[in-house]
Amino acid sequence: MSTEDAVSSSATGPDATEGHAVAPSLAPDRGDRVAATIQRLAPFVVLAVTVVVGAVAFGGNFMSGATFRIILEDRVSLGLVAVGMTFVIISGGIDLSVGSVLALGAVLAAYSSVHYGPVVAVVLPLLVCSGVGLINGVLIAKGKMPSFIVTLATLLFARGFALYITDNATKIPLVKRTSGITKIGQGKISGVPVQIIVTIVVFIIAGIILNRTRSGQSVFALGGSEDAAVLMGLPVTRIKIGLYTASGFLAGLAGLITATRSLSGDPNLAPGLELQAIAAVVIGGTLLTGGAGSMSGTAAGVLLLGVIKNLITQKGTLEEYYQEVVFGAFLIVVVIAQKLLSKRQRT
Amino acid sequence: MSDAAVSAPPGRSSAEVVAWLRARGVYVALGLLILFNLAFTKHFATTGTLKLNLIQVTPIVIVSLGMAMVIGTAGIDLSVGSVMALSSALVPIYLRGYNPWVSVIMCIIAGAVVGLINGVMIAIVGIQPIVATLGTLVAVHGMALVFAHGKLTEFFNSFYNTVGSGNIGPSFARVSVRILTMLVLIAVVGVIVRRSTFGRRLVAVGGNRQASVLAGLPVRSTIITVYMLCSILAAVAGVLETARSGAGNPGKLGNLMELSAITAVVVGGTPLTGGRVKILGTCFAALFLLLLGATLIRQNVPQPATLMIQAVIIVAAVFFQRERGTR
Repeated sequence: MSTEDAVSSSATGPDATEGHAVAPSLAPDRGDRVAATIQRLAPFVVLAVTVVVGAVAFGGNFMSGATFRIILEDRVSLGLVAVGMTFVIISGGIDLSVGSVLALGAVLAAYSSVHYGPVVAVVLPLLVCSGVGLINGVLIAKGKMPSFIVTLATLLFARGFALYITDNATKIPLVKRTSGITKIGQGKISGVPVQIIVTIVVFIIAGIILNRTRSGQSVFALGGSEDAAVLMGLPVTRIKIGLYTASGFLAGLAGLITATRSLSGDPNLAPGLELQAIAAVVIGGTLLTGGAGSMSGTAAGVLLLGVIKNLITQKGTLEEYYQEVVFGAFLIVVVIAQKLLSKRQRT
Repeated sequence: MSDAAVSAPPGRSSAEVVAWLRARGVYVALGLLILFNLAFTKHFATTGTLKLNLIQVTPIVIVSLGMAMVIGTAGIDLSVGSVMALSSALVPIYLRGYNPWVSVIMCIIAGAVVGLINGVMIAIVGIQPIVATLGTLVAVHGMALVFAHGKLTEFFNSFYNTVGSGNIGPSFARVSVRILTMLVLIAVVGVIVRRSTFGRRLVAVGGNRQASVLAGLPVRSTIITVYMLCSILAAVAGVLETARSGAGNPGKLGNLMELSAITAVVVGGTPLTGGRVKILGTCFAALFLLLLGATLIRQNVPQPATLMIQAVIIVAAVFFQRERGTR
């Protein structure tokens, strides 16, 4: 069983049905159900089709363990960040700060590995990045400020902080090779890279939390209607703070992994990662209006963007910039299709 | 500037003074910053400094004008930076063998098309502005790079030289073309927002879309027009920036412009929830943010720290705005 199967199948089981059960469906007729099913399965179908297209077009060059490993390794940062983003978006918010927070985490990890040793190098980035997420959550939940603006501000703040530590990117810290933390980014457990295992485990845990726990259901309720969630007596403030803190933590984890893989803490890492994460989450079928979505869909969205990127690279005649054109067009097509399908469901 | 309460003189009660200060936070902050510079920065009070600041702030102001209108309809446009990049890619292409005005017009048309796509997706299909314009951000940026083959294209053209760094007007009052363009656009957008029927509709749609639909306003065409105007303004800003650098550079030009513009609009006092547009506030906020960055650098604050200070200012500005919203 390839690791790719593991990601989609393990996560599909529990939440594919429940994620969208929130959509209103009073006495659905057959057409409605068909539309709902298409909407739910679309990311997986498109992913499968894309993989088949790749297999037909490039044969063994594409359908190889090496290619899949490259795709998966390339998806680690985006995947981890997208997990946090899925929670936040389902709750009706957004987190624009993730890319900068990742860079901050990477810088802190590399910097501490040199100055304070391996334990601090692991703990400090996770702590500080969770702290940034905590600040996001407090300002949004207690300060009643729009998530878009708050996280836009922390986007600037975290990037500024990362640049400040590295003296405006002139002193990029290198990870100390002997410190042992390089195992996080480069190590393998029975042939499978640790970073991929971590990402898959995070996806599985997140899927279980989202669909099998009270907190997860509260997130859906919060995104469906915040007023209703308050009236139901849900601890809305605490949930929100928790969500943004988790998003910051995952971005920090992604930063730690990136630093220990590339052996440096570049403060300019991951520009625009937040936009890619939002795109992957939306392509995975999570509604930006909140209240509906699934972790398995996000996994499919993240993989799909990776496969498309790889296919464009494989077709060497295409300039790399076409990647952006395809991504953008793809995102637009998917959201339009989603909109049309959900309209069909409502009528 | 668009609500009556703000234009009333400050009353005696402290609450009214606080409200007055809140509504004019940008102007107060800008005033304080200028006083600081007058006291501590050498050669600050010269026309040269003023001109330099105005020249630098031009693209942000022009893009922010469009962004302010979009945010007034409770929308957002993330694609402005990519539209600027598209202009930067198109200018050198249409300079080969054509009149320079052709290239300007082509950029404006391209901008209008992007705005039309945004507007149709948002107003007719019903996609959220942030996702729709995220899609065009990525796709249009890619297209700009494809058109330019990812390269920087230098060009020399006397028309663009004048637009970029020349002056026009009679000898006793020569004005930089950039600054003049900016002032004209501020005036035009100001008149559109405050005096025209379209401006009233824009604010109405942003204030309460359902009520606007029920009142029989052409909601969809209003939204589409707003996004087209926003993209056209971004295209013009792209042309000005391309002219100034004398090269088409879609890889860099316009990068993160959406964040600067949104910041200026929000700090200027336009709420993200729509229903109100503050044109002058936006312009002065853009100037304030630029001057703040310049001042900090002049005072030897490291450049990354200015980003952090900017972040704090955004949060503070929105925090005050929120207080006003609850009154």
